[in-house]
Amino acid sequence: MSTGTAAKAATGTMAGTALVTRAGRMGSLARAELTLLGRSKATLFAALFVPLMLPLSLRSTVDEMELKEAGLSVGAVLLPSSIGFSLIFAVYSSLVSVYAGRREELVLKRLRTGELRDGEILAGAALPAVGIGLAQCLVLTIATAVLLDVGAPQAPHLALLGLLLGLAMWPALAAVTASFSRSVEGAQVAALPLTMVSMIGSGTFVPLEVMPDRIASFCELLPLTPVITLIRGGWTGDLPAYDALGAVATAVAWTVIAVFAVRRWFRWEPRR
Amino acid sequence: MNTNEHVIEVTDLRRVYGGEFEAVRGVTFTVGRGELFALLGTNGAGKTSTVELLEGLAPPAGGQVRILGHDPYTERDAVRPRIGVMLQEGGFSAELTVAETVRMWAGCTSGARPAAEALEMVGLARRSDVRVKQLSGGEKRRLDLALALLGRPEVLFLDEPTTGLDAEGRQETWELVRELREAGTTVLLTTHYLEEAEGLADRLAILHEGRIAASGTPAEVTASQPSRISFELPDGYFLGDLPPLAELGVTGHEAEGRTVRLRTNELQRTATRLLVWAERAGIELRGLDVRSGSLEEAFLRIAREASETGRQTEKDQQTEKERVA
Repeated sequence: MSTGTAAKAATGTMAGTALVTRAGRMGSLARAELTLLGRSKATLFAALFVPLMLPLSLRSTVDEMELKEAGLSVGAVLLPSSIGFSLIFAVYSSLVSVYAGRREELVLKRLRTGELRDGEILAGAALPAVGIGLAQCLVLTIATAVLLDVGAPQAPHLALLGLLLGLAMWPALAAVTASFSRSVEGAQVAALPLTMVSMIGSGTFVPLEVMPDRIASFCELLPLTPVITLIRGGWTGDLPAYDALGAVATAVAWTVIAVFAVRRWFRWEPRR
Repeated sequence: MNTNEHVIEVTDLRRVYGGEFEAVRGVTFTVGRGELFALLGTNGAGKTSTVELLEGLAPPAGGQVRILGHDPYTERDAVRPRIGVMLQEGGFSAELTVAETVRMWAGCTSGARPAAEALEMVGLARRSDVRVKQLSGGEKRRLDLALALLGRPEVLFLDEPTTGLDAEGRQETWELVRELREAGTTVLLTTHYLEEAEGLADRLAILHEGRIAASGTPAEVTASQPSRISFELPDGYFLGDLPPLAELGVTGHEAEGRTVRLRTNELQRTATRLLVWAERAGIELRGLDVRSGSLEEAFLRIAREASETGRQTEKDQQTEKERVA
C-alpha cells in the first residue's frame, strides 16, 4: 500500500464536488451488467436466439390454424407472439437470473450502501435486458414485414403502448419472481410457471379467438395477454377502443401490482 | 468548521428483528470529527446491527442516529455522498475484473477518485485486470476497502475490515486507516481483534448483547480493570501467612493448591508490600506474574459477567412474559 496516495486523500472537501446524477449511476450499473451478460454464454444464448428461433418453428403450426375464420393473417399472429417470446425470454427469464444471481453474490446488498437508490439498482440492472428486448422487437418487426408481408401497423400508437407496457411490466415481474428463490437455479425454476402460462394462455401459441369463451376470458387477465392484444391490434387496426382500454388497464394493473410486490417483498440479501 | 462537532451521534438506539429479537438495546455514543472509534464485541453482540443503522441501511426501531447532522435513513441523499462503507461481507460480481468493479462503483459515486488511485491505495494496482473470482479472501477485503474509499468519504464505516487478512495484510490496512484518520477522516470500525482496537482507536465501546458495557479511551477502559498478581507459595506456607489482604490493597483473591491469585486496583502498593513481605520472610515466590489490567481482561470480564446477568435477565423476561400472559 502506498503511503503517499493515502495522505493525498484529504477529506471533508464536498464543496465543489459534483454529485453523480441518477442517470449516471444507472448507466454505470447497466454498463457493468452488459459486460456480465456478454460473459454469460448461457444467458446470452437464451436471450438472443430463443426468442428469434421460436417464431420460425411456430410458422407451420400457425399455418394450419383456422385463422381465416377468426379473421387473422399469419403475420398478425406471428409478430405479436414473437415479441411476446422476446419479453418472456430476453427480458423476464434472463432478469430473474440476474436479480437472483446478484442477490446471492451479495452484490445487491453492497450496492445498497452506496448512493444508488433501490429502484435505481433494479432498473439499472434491467437496462441491458430491456435494450436487447427492444432491439429484438425491432428486428422481428422488420423481419416479419419483409418475410411475411405484414405491412405497416394500422394503429402504431397501440403497438408502441403495448411494447412499452411490456418492457415496464416484465422486469418488475422478474424481480418479484426472483424473491421466491434461494439460488440462481431455483430462480429459473421459479420463472417456469409464468413462462409456461404466458406461452400457452396469452395468445402466443394459440390466439384467444380460437379458444373456448370461458377460458379466453380468463386468459385475458394474464400479464402477457394485454401486451399481445395491443401489439396485434396495432397492426390490424381493428381493436375496438373498449378492448384496447381494457388491455391497457390490465397491463397497468399488473405493473402496479408487480412494483408494489417488489417494494414490499423483494429480498436484497440471501436467506440465511 | 467546529472541530469539536459530533460527526456521529447515536442516542438510545434500538433495533428489533422479526418483531421479537432485540439486537440493539439502547446504545448511545458520539464520535467527533477526525476521531477513530471502535465498536468491540463478541459475535452476536450487535456490532453489525448497530453499524447498519448508522449507514442508513435500515430504520431504527427506536432512538436516533445523526451522521454529519442528518438522519442517514430518511435523509440519505445528504449523507450517502459523504460516507464510505465497507460491509462485513462485501459483494462483487465474480465475472467482472477488479478494474471494472471499481469503474462501476466510481460511476455511482459522487466525486470519485480515479480507479487506479483507489486500487493503488489498497495495494491492488497490479491485480486490476484479474477477475474478482480469482482474488483471495484478503484481496477481496482490500477491494471492498478501495470501494469504501472511492468517494473520499468524510466518514468511513469499516465492519471488521481485517477479518480474513493475514498478519501482513492486517498491518497494511491498519497503516492505511491511520493515514486516513490523520488526513481528517472520521472512522467507525468494528472488530473482534482487541489488538486492533487498542492500537487504532481514540475511543472505543465494548458492546455486549446489544448494550454498551464499557466505553472510553483504551487507557480508560483498561484502567477500570483490576491488575493481577499470581505466584506459588512454598511448602508450609498458606494464604493466611500473607499480611492481611486488605492492607495489601487486594480486592479479590483465589487460591488453588499452592497457586495464589490476587486482584488489586493499586498494583504498585500491592506488589511492593507483597515482595517486601517475601523478602523479609526469605521466601521465593515461584511463577511470579504481575500484570496491569488489559483490554482483553476488560473484554473477557464483560463477556463473563454479562452472560451471568444475561441469564438472569432471560429469567426475568421469562417471568415477565408469564406475568403478562
